[in-house]
Amino acid sequence: MPDHTSFHHALIVDHDQCIRCTHCVKVCPTEAIRIENGLVSIREDRCVDCGECVRACPQKAIDIDHDDLALIEHYKYRVVLFPAVFLGQFPERITEDQIYAALLKIGFTHAYEVEQPIGVLKNLIAQKVKQNRTGNPIISSFCPSVVRLIQIRYPSLCESLAPVKAPHDLVAHYVLEQLSAEGIQADEVGFFYITPCVAKITAVKTPVIEKKSIITGVISPRPIYNKIMAIADNIEPIDSMAMRRELTKEGIQWSLTNGETWWQRSKTMSVDGIHNTINFLERLENDQVNDVDFVELRACDRGCAAGVLLSQNRFLTVERLKRRARLYPNADNKLMVDGKPPFHHLESKLIANPVEPRQLFRFGNDLQKSMERMQRARNILCHLPGIDCAACGAPTCEALAEDMANGLAKMTDCVFISQLWQKEGKIAPLKAFDRMEKKWGIKRFDPDCHKKGAKNESN
Amino acid sequence: MMTLHFHIEGGNFTNAGFASSQVKKTLKQLNIDSGLIKKIVIALYEGEVNIVAHALKGEIVVEISPETITMILTDEGKGIDNIELAMKEGFSTASQKVREMGFGAGMGLPNIKKNVDQLFIESTVGVGTKLTMIKQLDHA
Ligand SMILES: Nc1ncnc2c1ncn2[C@@H]1O[C@H](COP(=O)(O)OP(=O)(O)OP(=O)(O)O)[C@@H](O)[C@H]1O
Ligand code: SF4
Ligand code: SF4
Ligand SMILES: [Mg+2]
Repeated sequence: MPDHTSFHHALIVDHDQCIRCTHCVKVCPTEAIRIENGLVSIREDRCVDCGECVRACPQKAIDIDHDDLALIEHYKYRVVLFPAVFLGQFPERITEDQIYAALLKIGFTHAYEVEQPIGVLKNLIAQKVKQNRTGNPIISSFCPSVVRLIQIRYPSLCESLAPVKAPHDLVAHYVLEQLSAEGIQADEVGFFYITPCVAKITAVKTPVIEKKSIITGVISPRPIYNKIMAIADNIEPIDSMAMRRELTKEGIQWSLTNGETWWQRSKTMSVDGIHNTINFLERLENDQVNDVDFVELRACDRGCAAGVLLSQNRFLTVERLKRRARLYPNADNKLMVDGKPPFHHLESKLIANPVEPRQLFRFGNDLQKSMERMQRARNILCHLPGIDCAACGAPTCEALAEDMANGLAKMTDCVFISQLWQKEGKIAPLKAFDRMEKKWGIKRFDPDCHKKGAKNESN
Repeated sequence: MMTLHFHIEGGNFTNAGFASSQVKKTLKQLNIDSGLIKKIVIALYEGEVNIVAHALKGEIVVEISPETITMILTDEGKGIDNIELAMKEGFSTASQKVREMGFGAGMGLPNIKKNVDQLFIESTVGVGTKLTMIKQLDHA
């Protein structure tokens, strides 16, 4: 049995695959990852589920804790909810109707795209923006990774997050209504959401914005993509119109960059990519963003088209969705019911609780003590070489100094200090090596031809 | 007590704001109340920009203790002739060039005054200016 450790709510490291190369340690934007006791470990309080580590891992050792597809068999009615970007994964020659047909073929009884009837959400957001009197722009709460980032790093911006739920909640309520009109009971229905990323899994499993999710299971797009690709070319298309009746231009593009802004009448801005988002939040927190009513932030560059669990090129995905959107009506052109958009009554299901900060205490929660520790870290930093090589298991010298000040690391974790101390006779070479092995694992420094490029071209 | 030091170069608007954003980062890591941080950072930023806009070069020393944060900004430059006048909202001697960059509304010093608990200004014309700003942290 592989040795697994829960890597946060949704991330799992396969320690047999992991070679402790520190790629993930270095890319994590919140410096949440360390090598400790021969294993990769994560500080759960810092992780925002952005998935940068999954992208960076050359061993594909970081996987997600998704639900098994077998789970669907427990339900009489098995509804798959998939984001438009999932459809955008497929080459143009495979038609919408074929993709829907393939989803039913592999075991689902119903297939719905997530972003419908998006007019309800669109209206709600426009309303929140219009009613906003805080003087600060409303921030989109669509990307769960951004929401977590704001909770831990920008607590004062929590109150600016739009208290509305996500499209996957909306569509589930909409589908439930459709099914009950056919006489189907709610407890016979299982909702299975194909997620583009890690953040959405955590958002469903441990929701921030809502109390409890209506979604039964979250599944990875990867096995489903493979299954569909295997059969789609030869499959008889079905008429999928009934399941995408409420799909609109806005819906199809919702999760892409600009998806929540292009249709707004107020002054909006869109920022994508985790580092751009962090820079922008810094400015927002300093009140340096003026004259904007609504800010859309997406952890991924090009929005969910670059979701970490999707495998196809993000630009091609965006292209397919844009071309597709041209064939669909505007949400506003949908038949109005009493002057309101259709399914307007679902709005009440989308009202969420305000987001609470989840403050991160880097040096402890006592001011006096944390000042002492910070001072200690600054003193330690004078001695570290500033090479930021991560050979200590921390992403930067500064992070190592912080860990040391908090009693979580040793001076000799730095390979250069260890050398220096050996030269100065402060530590015996054998002891220094023992410490290194303790950190990196026994036999970590034995020759290994499985490394990519050694005598092995796979991976 | 912890001390942070910064050198400020007159005329270099590209870097203006660096000291205040570093101080903000430090205070955030200490989990100081975000409302307090905002005020401290606004005041320091204005002082920092004043050195860039009106002086030749300067030093910023920020002392953080659990009770107070003291920011001392010392510069070499033309100095302030009439401090009382300089403190008035809207008073500015900023050059056209500085105004074009979006500064020079004459709001910096009044803004500092508003956001800190104590402000002391000493200045000698032709020599330089020293600003001392103090903000209480123990707001309990
Ligand atoms: N460090 C300094 N050295 C010399 N003169 C200064 C200094 N700081 C302020 N002054 C003088 O005081 C005036 C008022 O300063 P204040 O910061 O209030 O406004 P400003 O810098 O002109 O414009 P703003 O701060 O709104 O961009 C300045 O125009 C300048 O003449
Ligand atoms: S990136 Fe490297 S250290 Fe991180 S999980 Fe993958 S193999 Fe292990
Ligand atoms: S931008 Fe989309 S895919 Fe990326 S983390 Fe956010 S919700 Fe997930
Ligand atoms: Mg000024």
